[in-house]
Amino acid sequence: MSNKNIILVRGAHVIDPANGRDEVADVFVKDGKFVAQLSAEEIKSAEVLDAKGLILSPGFVDLNCRLGEPGRSARETFRTGTLAAALGGFTTVVTMPDTIPTSDNVGTIQLIRELCDAHAVVNVLPASTLTKQQEGKALAPMGSLKKAGIIAATDTTSGVQNNEIMRRALEYANTFNLVVLDHCQDSSMTEGAQMHEGTWSLRLGLRGWPRAAEEIVVSSDCVLASLTKARIHLQHISSAGSAEIIRRAKANKLPVTAEVSVLHLLLTDAALAQYDTRLKVNPPLREESDRAALISALIDGTIDAICSDHSPCTSTEKDCEFDLAPFGAATLETAFSAAYDALVATGHLDVKLLITRLTTGPAKVLGLDAGTLSVGAAADFVLINPKTSWTFNTENQLSKSGNNPLIGKTFSSRIHSTFVGGKAVISDSKPVQK
Amino acid sequence: MAQQTTWTKKDLTGIETLSRAEIEFLFDQAEKFLPALAPGKGLDLMHGRTVVNLFLEPSTRTCTAFEISAKKLGAEVVSINTTASSLVKGETLRDTAMNIRAMGVDAIVIRHSSAGAPRYLGEVLDISVINAGDGAHEHPTQALLDAFTLKQKFGKVEGLKVTILGDILFSRVARSNIHCLSKLGAQVTLAGPATLVPLSLAQAFPQVRIVHDLKAALSDADAVMLLRIQHERQTTTHFPSLAEYTSQFGLNAERAAWLKPNAVVMHPGPINRGVEVDSDVADGPRSVILEQVRNGVAVRMAVLHLCTSALKR
Repeated sequence: MSNKNIILVRGAHVIDPANGRDEVADVFVKDGKFVAQLSAEEIKSAEVLDAKGLILSPGFVDLNCRLGEPGRSARETFRTGTLAAALGGFTTVVTMPDTIPTSDNVGTIQLIRELCDAHAVVNVLPASTLTKQQEGKALAPMGSLKKAGIIAATDTTSGVQNNEIMRRALEYANTFNLVVLDHCQDSSMTEGAQMHEGTWSLRLGLRGWPRAAEEIVVSSDCVLASLTKARIHLQHISSAGSAEIIRRAKANKLPVTAEVSVLHLLLTDAALAQYDTRLKVNPPLREESDRAALISALIDGTIDAICSDHSPCTSTEKDCEFDLAPFGAATLETAFSAAYDALVATGHLDVKLLITRLTTGPAKVLGLDAGTLSVGAAADFVLINPKTSWTFNTENQLSKSGNNPLIGKTFSSRIHSTFVGGKAVISDSKPVQK
Repeated sequence: MAQQTTWTKKDLTGIETLSRAEIEFLFDQAEKFLPALAPGKGLDLMHGRTVVNLFLEPSTRTCTAFEISAKKLGAEVVSINTTASSLVKGETLRDTAMNIRAMGVDAIVIRHSSAGAPRYLGEVLDISVINAGDGAHEHPTQALLDAFTLKQKFGKVEGLKVTILGDILFSRVARSNIHCLSKLGAQVTLAGPATLVPLSLAQAFPQVRIVHDLKAALSDADAVMLLRIQHERQTTTHFPSLAEYTSQFGLNAERAAWLKPNAVVMHPGPINRGVEVDSDVADGPRSVILEQVRNGVAVRMAVLHLCTSALKR
């Protein structure tokens, strides 16, 4: 019988930034890992995939998403969220700790790991909070949390507003080699803010969220990185000014890294002209000059990674007055296709660089042995059809959420298959039935 | 381009989406309703129609004006204020509106603290939705009655210089007036402290002029529109105190003398006497404040009549 543990992918366009590969080649998988060769015997029994015309890339790594559980299973579950991730080409995702209960304790992290073992179809790496209850007052027990399985620590959208606490949190996390992920928002400047402060907020009469609210914290984080020598990763950067501050910090060899969300590479505040609550995101969509600067920063390496920033909500939660709608957009399924059209199809960057920022870029931020086709590594990979046309709609949506703003959009590339540990999770752009 | 001769909108959510022809068409209709303002002269154009005033933010003047306008047209009116509303019990705006709709209502007049709420409701409902003020976004009937009053005073709005003075940043009245006056060909100047009149407004509204010097803002104006300084929003971050505001930007007799001889003083009400305007100016010969109130009924009659007439029956 055909041995499901042996896979031969024939004739794919292999793009593997970790190993500098960009060539048409065969790829071999045995017992869930990439291998250099298969024996003639093994080839006979192997499952053979003809991948002519498809790109074979390492599975993508997402540093910033929410999967609903625990506490918000009406929005998303580990099953639906990881299926959506797989459909978007992600094989490893880092989840944010603003769960219910808050992921600031060992028990909740253990619960997440148990639920993921039972239901997740991609690798889920939970982050914990930096401080208890995300309150920015007392440090979370990050040493014990690391033992329980966290990959990083962040107070996510609460941020840590007190610089002394932030300094100590960085030092403490560094003790355990934990990277601190920081959502950069000076909340004193964003009270009641609904969207980017600019001409659109003035026209729409919505409270503005100035770039400075982010840039001030990006700056203070760089200063604290210099003081503590601890690693800080700046989450979903949205402004040209932030990119410039990070560029200087990196030139000064500060231990900072950064990410940008797909939506910020794709859209601007002008998209909010019709008060579309699905585009109410944190940080807010900014102006064309910011979008252009973020793309430049992605190209020159100032920004290390593209993230989904998947923040599922139910359609009911978003079906209300703009002021009352929760922040966040569901983005996992469309992340690659949207980024491809915004960046590659437009000629801003080649597909190899896009894949770099989705694989080795994020993997290096957290020191993960993911995002690679190296021999011996887990066989997490995707096949991408770069020449197609498909429309994302509620029929092919796998996420449980009701707030993907790109519903109804047509894309020119699509994830064809996704393999996690050598097992097909998505095949022919559909979930593989277990 | 052919002159617009009909009104096809079931909703009035803002001035930004109206054309000049639509505004002028509405003014013609309002003009025809002026005689109906006399006691005992009500009409029956909306006989059998029901209008619900859904006011989710406190209002006396606008709510009353809409109520009288609807009644002058022969409609039945129900007014719901924020405390009577089930919204405080956690019902969504959609559910509240759908329930009102299910009771056979023809129009909802909504005031809401959230910008964009009337537009949202207009998309949800197949009955008329009239914006009576949404957050800091628009207050279209106020701008229409203001421009209607200017037209009455000066014969036309085209070419007039109008200064809007005060809290522009948080003002829906200012936004609607900027759109309305610009569309009708007036030149708009925004004046006040830089915290309430930021220079960025000139990027959002390229047709306006921003002036922080009061004398310069007043000396060539045909009309000055004062905005109410909002006690409830008065924070120490946008201006130091009411007294400081009055001393720097309040319109008193001395400053009113900077105006051209025939210039008029306008105010959307309610007036804070002695804060943004002194009583001798508010009650003086330049003031058209009570004409604004009176015209407000005719303009709102026109809005209710035109929007409900555009409904598919």
